[in-house]
Amino acid sequence: MIKASGKSAMKAIPNIKQVHNGAALHVHDVSASYPGGLRVVEHVTFTVKQGERVAIIGPNGAGKSTLFKAIAGLIPFTTGEISVQGEDCRSSHAYVGYVPQQNEIDWSFPVTVYDVVMMGRARHSKWFPWWPNSDHQRVDELLEQLSLDTYAKRQISELSGGQRRRVFIARALAQEANILLMDEPFTGVDTVSETEIMATLGVLTEQGITILLATHDLGRAARDFDDVLLINQSMIAYGPPEQVMRADVLKQAFGGALRVFHQGDETIFIADQHAAGY
Amino acid sequence: MEAILDFFTEPLNYVFIQRGLLALVLVGTISAVIGCFVVVRGLSFFGDALAHAVLPGVALSYISSGGAVGSNLFVGGLGAGVISALIIAFLTRNERLKEDTAVGLVFVTMFALGIAIISSQGSYSIDLSHILFGSINGISEGDLLIMAAMGAVVLVTIAVFYKQFLIISFDLSLAHTLKFRVEWLRTLLLILIAVTIVASLQAVGIALMLALLITPAATARLISNRLHNMILIAAAVGVTSGIVGFYLSYYLLIPSGAAIVLTMSAVFALVYVIKSLLTHSRREAQPA
Repeated sequence: MIKASGKSAMKAIPNIKQVHNGAALHVHDVSASYPGGLRVVEHVTFTVKQGERVAIIGPNGAGKSTLFKAIAGLIPFTTGEISVQGEDCRSSHAYVGYVPQQNEIDWSFPVTVYDVVMMGRARHSKWFPWWPNSDHQRVDELLEQLSLDTYAKRQISELSGGQRRRVFIARALAQEANILLMDEPFTGVDTVSETEIMATLGVLTEQGITILLATHDLGRAARDFDDVLLINQSMIAYGPPEQVMRADVLKQAFGGALRVFHQGDETIFIADQHAAGY
Repeated sequence: MEAILDFFTEPLNYVFIQRGLLALVLVGTISAVIGCFVVVRGLSFFGDALAHAVLPGVALSYISSGGAVGSNLFVGGLGAGVISALIIAFLTRNERLKEDTAVGLVFVTMFALGIAIISSQGSYSIDLSHILFGSINGISEGDLLIMAAMGAVVLVTIAVFYKQFLIISFDLSLAHTLKFRVEWLRTLLLILIAVTIVASLQAVGIALMLALLITPAATARLISNRLHNMILIAAAVGVTSGIVGFYLSYYLLIPSGAAIVLTMSAVFALVYVIKSLLTHSRREAQPA
């Protein structure tokens, strides 16, 4: 069960954002699916300006991860185009840092925090086991910046949920990525870690890094993001939270799994994520 | 003092024993290094299967050379191993078939084919036990040179592609965003495993090959949290156990393959117990 609160407003159906030139990320009419045709996402169009934060919401199976993987170049997309910093994404995936879901990582793998962040540097120096000094310096800087320097020598399973997310954020920055895709970073972390992750995102936003974050936390999507993308296999809405986080719009994606309560000025959304989707 | 020295030097008077020891140093090193990737990628079953899948190739070489052990053995074994690795890689691309299913399928088919080939050649008295359990004392100078060449290829390739192998093993999504040729690297790693197995076959045989791949690596994993350190420690464990096992086999008159594998398992058990005791005493010292 997820609670979300926001001001109730009943106005026109939200507009899809206009296409911007020179946007950090432009996704136009993209459809993608996993091999075998499962987990489809269709006809998604949206544009994100540099330094913006976008929350991607939708029920389980809505295609949030599929969309992320298409943008990161991990799965092919069947229609449409994706451009990153104005370049076709097939040549510019390096700008995109992907922070995978927690359960996609083998935490028992023999690597330290330092090793994982260093992996982000492997685009330019990919041969032989050693790294140039400039890469060591960059990793040290990033570890300090994300307050991970004291954990550098730890094996990655010896970290809290918030620290684990920060390691992968640091790795994306080591790639010199300017777009960060975070797939459900709040799943399975406590509130302390959640606050830590949000503080880290604050630092990144100040540096002009664009952030796309998939989440089930409707309240956070409404509070802490510039725009919200609502999908359920196809795109339902994209725009500022006050346009998207409304009962009539959300119900198009969540259907009967969404309950809306009014308490005076406040509206509370409760989405039962397990019943939703498909 | 002299008696102790004799204990170690006496066997070395025989040339075939010198060659056997050298072979074990080589085999212990490369199988431990490759074994680390086998362990972190969860390919133990694949390693065991591939060791068995070389049988038809080895049998054909054996027969075509009239029962002599020699360079054909490597050619035949390598051919069968690489073909098996490629078929497995082909069957598991796009996740159509689960990897363990594809591996099992190829493994039993190739092994059965090997048995069929051997039994069809009734006129030759092929010593199957040499293929299954190795014949460390039958290694010629030519064999040793071929093994050294194969070992060099494996170690140099691992060194050159270390970062790519590390990244495809740990996180495929990063490998894709960095534009690595993931399928190509994955297949290369499988071929390196096949080369290692064939190079090591004469020393320990098909049946015990898996131990050389996974036991030193598993021991090293207990001690190290970083892949490159794990590789160095595994190589040390592999070489030491090979030498110790060889002396044990000489004095206790047990087959060298079995002696080496038992030594490796003993080292693993020892490290495991010491580590558990240390972890326990550390917990005692600082109660939570």
